[in-house]
Amino acid sequence: MAAPRTSLRLVAAIWSTRGIHGRGGAATPEGSQKKGKTLLQFLSDRFYDVEFLREYFLQRQMLKVHQKNRSFTHMVEQYGPYIVGACFILDQGGMVKFQNNDWIGPKERGRFALEFSKFQEVSVEAVDASGCAINYEGLDNLLLLRNLQSLSLQHCPHVDDWCLSRLYPLASSLQELSLAGCPHISERGLACLHHLPNLRKLDISDLPAVSNPGLTQILMEEMLPNCEILGASWAQGLNVEPEEQPQDKASPVHV
Amino acid sequence: MLRRVLRLASGRALVARALSTRRGGSTPDRDGKVSEIKKKIQSILPGEPWNPLYDTSHLPPERSDVVIVGGGVLGLSVAYWLKKLENRRGAIQVLVVERDHTYSQASTALSIGGIRQQFSLPENIQLSLFSANFLRNINEYLAVVDAPPLDLQFNPLGYLLLASEKGAATMESNVKVQRQEGAKVCLMSPEQLQNKFPWINTKGVALASYGMENEGWFDPWCLLQGLRRKVQSMGVLFCQGEVTRFISSSSHMKTTSGKEVTLKRIYEVHVKMDHSMEYQPVECALVINAAGAWSGQVAELAGIGKGPPGTLQGTRLPVEPRKRYVYLWHCPQGPGLEAPLVTDMSGAYFRREGLGNNYLGGLSPIEEEEPDPGNLEVDYDFFQDKVWPPLAQRVPAFETLKVRSAWAGYYDYNTFDQNGVVGPHPLVVNMYFAAGFSGHGLQQAPGVGRAVAEMVLEGHFQTIDLSPFLFSRFYLGEKIQEHVII
Repeated sequence: MAAPRTSLRLVAAIWSTRGIHGRGGAATPEGSQKKGKTLLQFLSDRFYDVEFLREYFLQRQMLKVHQKNRSFTHMVEQYGPYIVGACFILDQGGMVKFQNNDWIGPKERGRFALEFSKFQEVSVEAVDASGCAINYEGLDNLLLLRNLQSLSLQHCPHVDDWCLSRLYPLASSLQELSLAGCPHISERGLACLHHLPNLRKLDISDLPAVSNPGLTQILMEEMLPNCEILGASWAQGLNVEPEEQPQDKASPVHV
Repeated sequence: MLRRVLRLASGRALVARALSTRRGGSTPDRDGKVSEIKKKIQSILPGEPWNPLYDTSHLPPERSDVVIVGGGVLGLSVAYWLKKLENRRGAIQVLVVERDHTYSQASTALSIGGIRQQFSLPENIQLSLFSANFLRNINEYLAVVDAPPLDLQFNPLGYLLLASEKGAATMESNVKVQRQEGAKVCLMSPEQLQNKFPWINTKGVALASYGMENEGWFDPWCLLQGLRRKVQSMGVLFCQGEVTRFISSSSHMKTTSGKEVTLKRIYEVHVKMDHSMEYQPVECALVINAAGAWSGQVAELAGIGKGPPGTLQGTRLPVEPRKRYVYLWHCPQGPGLEAPLVTDMSGAYFRREGLGNNYLGGLSPIEEEEPDPGNLEVDYDFFQDKVWPPLAQRVPAFETLKVRSAWAGYYDYNTFDQNGVVGPHPLVVNMYFAAGFSGHGLQQAPGVGRAVAEMVLEGHFQTIDLSPFLFSRFYLGEKIQEHVII
């Protein structure tokens, strides 16, 4: 495609000097055009190529997330579920706490690798996966940790409602869950947490995708009566002055 | 070459014109005439649309490799997979013909948007599982550069199906098949049901099956718009018009046993414009019938079913529109945030809508009481007499409810066995069907679209084998009955 284009430009240059409409001003625009031929013009001439490149980069980004969340379940027979789950979390950049031990972070990963055999039968008690790129497929590895008691998924960019619907296998042990700051979680995913009856502490603050944080807090408290829910306050969205009409139509107080 | 020159020249002429107007000395009339002449010259050049008499930009193109009749979720899904699975970029030209771009009567837009894996046929379960996968990764499948990501508003709460003593054994065997295919369904006894959902009255319930993952409901309009956007970015053309005629050529052939058979091939589709007698004959290689509730009429246009009854020529496509009502009511003491889509054994179903204790629900009427599908008017007496009593019995809180509004939509109902028709017609060799899904078309659309695209491009089903869904079963009388129909 390059050759015809260059020849076209030559032809265009020749025609323009002759002036197809006989306009005298043809000479000066041609000169200024040569100077003004910027990078943007170059790119806009090749619009479809640029769009293809951008699509390619987008696909590559998604592929990177997939690669981080690939399944390690085939290693379970060799190392046991707890080690595999812990390795996955440490790989992602999170922290793991085995029973009766201290927190192990990505920096202590080397020491952990040497002491594999010590941790083979010890179950993982708590996982702090804040800010990790865990997504739905990565939960395959996280759900290997059957006796998990505390899970923190704060500020995870890829955790969404589908992921929350997958947490029910941890129902018998999970007591603490933190979902603060996850951009894709909405009240629909939070409703799936009713599968976790042993939950005692739930943090649902700062969830931008939840449409009505105050009302969601009330409905969650009704759904999980034994759980302490931190997050929005009931007064969020309500007008404080009693004489004004409340903006929050769905609030139970002013109905 | 000339075209580029003209464009450059006209660009420069515009610059010159602007400069001259700033100086304030040009005659605008002469410039207008000059640009008209330039447009006429451009249209003579080879490759440009030749329209010397009037503007034809609202008409569909004169030829297209594939014409998809129907622009709902099934038609767009087929278009998407055709463009995704083609060998080279731009190998196939696809045209989607949709009669109503506002989708005012389309089943997709009026659906409540549920997706479930609790079917009795393995093929249905596989289609649904793939569709759940598709919806979960929708921002990877339907990603368009510079467009915002899609928010399907998926609610993963699952379906809860209740069974009485009579139906308990069937439910157990169905759940076994579902688990074999990979669906996560759990069976609950009445006591467990009462513990989990205290607002249910378990009288008469012997067994319940509850979908734990990949089941729920979503916004079908968002899926439709997402597919439309992506499919347009892949180069599929859209046309607002109605298919009124198929022109086909026939060839008489003999089967191996010496019987004479006439094979037809559609080579032209007449697309009539809205509110006008104007039509455009579109030459095509393939026609995909994804017209939903009106697929039967489109099939008749192609001559399917015109023949002596009992023969293959005389077998019509048994898909007809059936009207279904959906009611929206408010109940302040109703089931909480954790309520799944509950289906009673009487067929009545309901689900929550939003945070404000509003609920959507309905009931499929029995054969004898089918409403007239001529219009989409809602019958509120149907709610009073048929829907409310079983719901109030199942959920006592629903005794005090207030209906807010209702709407009606069409099921593209397959009167033969309530399952979809997929694949080519044996006699009209280049018409492919993707219709007749009787209420579960939306949740199977991604899977069916891929299956039809595979059939078109490869000649056989590759990922999910939908051979039981071919048209020939209507002639051979082989029903594949789906037992779990809501």
